[in-house]
Amino acid sequence: MIEPPAVEVTDLTVRFRLRGRTVHAVNGISFRLARGEVLGIIGESGSGKSVTLRALMRLLPANCEIGGQISVGGEDMNGASPEHLEDLRGGRIAMIFQEPISALDPVFTIGEQIAETVVRHERVSRREGRRRALELLERVQIPSARRRLDYYPHEMSGGMRQRAMIALALCCNPSVLLADEPTTALDVTVQIQILLLLRELQRELGMAVVFVTHDVGAAVEVSDRLAVMYAGRFVETGSVRAVMRKRAHPYTEGLLAANLHGAEPGTRLMTIPGAPPDLAALPAGCSFAPRCSSALPTCSEHMPTLEPCGEGHVARCIRVKERLAVPA
Amino acid sequence: MIDRAVSDRSDRDRGGPAQPLLLVRDLKKHFPGKGRWLGRREVVQAVDGVSFSLAKGTTLGVVGESGCGKSTTARLLLQLIKPDAGEVIFDGEAVGAPQGLTIRELRLQMQMVFQDSYSSLNPRATIADIIAFGPRTAKHLRRHHARERAERLLEQVGLRPSFFARRYPHELSGGQRQRVNIARALALEPRLLILDEAVSALDKSVEAQILNLLADLRRDLDLTYIFISHDLNVVRHVSDRVVVMYLGRIVEAGSVGEIFRRARHPYTQALLRAMPSMDPDRRTAAPPLVGDPPNPINPPSGCRFRTRCAFAEEVCARVSPRLDPIDNQHEVACHMMVPGSGNSRSDGPANADD
Repeated sequence: MIEPPAVEVTDLTVRFRLRGRTVHAVNGISFRLARGEVLGIIGESGSGKSVTLRALMRLLPANCEIGGQISVGGEDMNGASPEHLEDLRGGRIAMIFQEPISALDPVFTIGEQIAETVVRHERVSRREGRRRALELLERVQIPSARRRLDYYPHEMSGGMRQRAMIALALCCNPSVLLADEPTTALDVTVQIQILLLLRELQRELGMAVVFVTHDVGAAVEVSDRLAVMYAGRFVETGSVRAVMRKRAHPYTEGLLAANLHGAEPGTRLMTIPGAPPDLAALPAGCSFAPRCSSALPTCSEHMPTLEPCGEGHVARCIRVKERLAVPA
Repeated sequence: MIDRAVSDRSDRDRGGPAQPLLLVRDLKKHFPGKGRWLGRREVVQAVDGVSFSLAKGTTLGVVGESGCGKSTTARLLLQLIKPDAGEVIFDGEAVGAPQGLTIRELRLQMQMVFQDSYSSLNPRATIADIIAFGPRTAKHLRRHHARERAERLLEQVGLRPSFFARRYPHELSGGQRQRVNIARALALEPRLLILDEAVSALDKSVEAQILNLLADLRRDLDLTYIFISHDLNVVRHVSDRVVVMYLGRIVEAGSVGEIFRRARHPYTQALLRAMPSMDPDRRTAAPPLVGDPPNPINPPSGCRFRTRCAFAEEVCARVSPRLDPIDNQHEVACHMMVPGSGNSRSDGPANADD
């Protein structure tokens, strides 16, 4: 018997209906994630990266249609009943957010929130729940953990709150962790601490992680594979090394150049002209073609398929072979 | 396309190129806190003795983490909040002094662009009215003159006037709104622009466009910038000089090359090491600092960084280090840099044989 992948997503689509318009937020995403593997999804606002995560967790509002298959450890998330979903969320798949202050309940202490979740999912005593809460706060390296159990979220610093939210997400030993920009709101010296903590916990617990961010640097610190997202599609996926070195898709190239890392101070920055497309009126062909400096007429006619450009490395661009043939 | 006819900027350059555009001496702002501590009212020491000078036509980058006082400093410079102590001298004239510049005169020369592009624009006014408001009220320009100037400014920041002039802020994207904010700040023809996290909320590809625009405007309009950001990559790209702040004080200042290549303060070094490497083969192995920056309410005695510093010793808790020059106009506030300060590393390897 082969173990099912930790996450398998096939042709995921998400559409929102808004005032008579249909917004195509996610347009056919497929990926598999093995146990213990970290996928970093990078993209700019409106690219559909957070919506993808929420679809995986079934957290989207009622005005949206989800298509395709989502399977988490062999369980069908898309077809699960509300009762079954409650067991899957937290127990099988858990999520952490950008703003812990709005994800945590302001009127309960951290200890109470973790204990409640453990009691609900594992039907243990409150005393046992509190013991587990203490263990988790120590695990996420919160100093003086016993004292912090009785802290309310507002009494903690930003970094400590983020650690507390990670503890809450991990309390029922999920096999999949979804992380939505968990370090974006933090100071640089705190951000690196949280990234390294996530990397350490992920290895120790063998979790599969989907890490969504607009910060390429943060994604490189924790991911095994990267997916670059644009207008609701993956335009390039591959190992972190392959994507960072080859930059097979012109959008990846532009995004990394705009990141300023290694740019000569004072020089003009390479920019991507224009703006991302309107998700309610997507172009027929490649969504990036209107902004792409190497686009051909056919680019705007047909959606390019994912072209192989190395071991496990694909890019949605018809000119991939030409681009990679030219030494940069 | 560049508008120089309205008033010649060189007229206003009083002290010549050698005189700093801005000289700040010992600026202080303490806010009263809510609680009490050891029987005394708590005080938030937001800015505690900040001094620097800013040469004409250059960009000064200000970096530091939340609570370090960088935004409070910006507001103090513009007199949006009143300093408790300290002097601000704009091109040789003291601000608020009897013979000096009035706050009103200062603000004609110094303008600010904020981080949140939406909340800093009036949602009920059109883009053209927002930009024309300053010239109409502060410079008493007639409606159609102010309107013409607004359209010229829109053109200058890369927004087509025929399309954007009649729009409202909610119809624009974040990057477009930030262009409007820049146009609005430029409408009074200031000489100094304070950019307080002005690109932080933007996507990377839009950020690059705005940074290019700011570079063009600085060159074309002879502007001087104070560029406040938590993003070290951005600060490195735009700045000539950089000051590093920690809990209300400057801990290090120097040219951008000195700060990024030869940082001497342990805090600056930690900040630089905390930046993700962008190289999958050279990932960060251990975080350079533990914990969060402490609360500016009742900051540590002596050197404020000592509670997170790996080299802190007894003297660091007792004596507050001064910001002293070391070389190349590079200044550091650390006992390790001062021979005989009492810190065992203060003599450094060079003096080990003495």
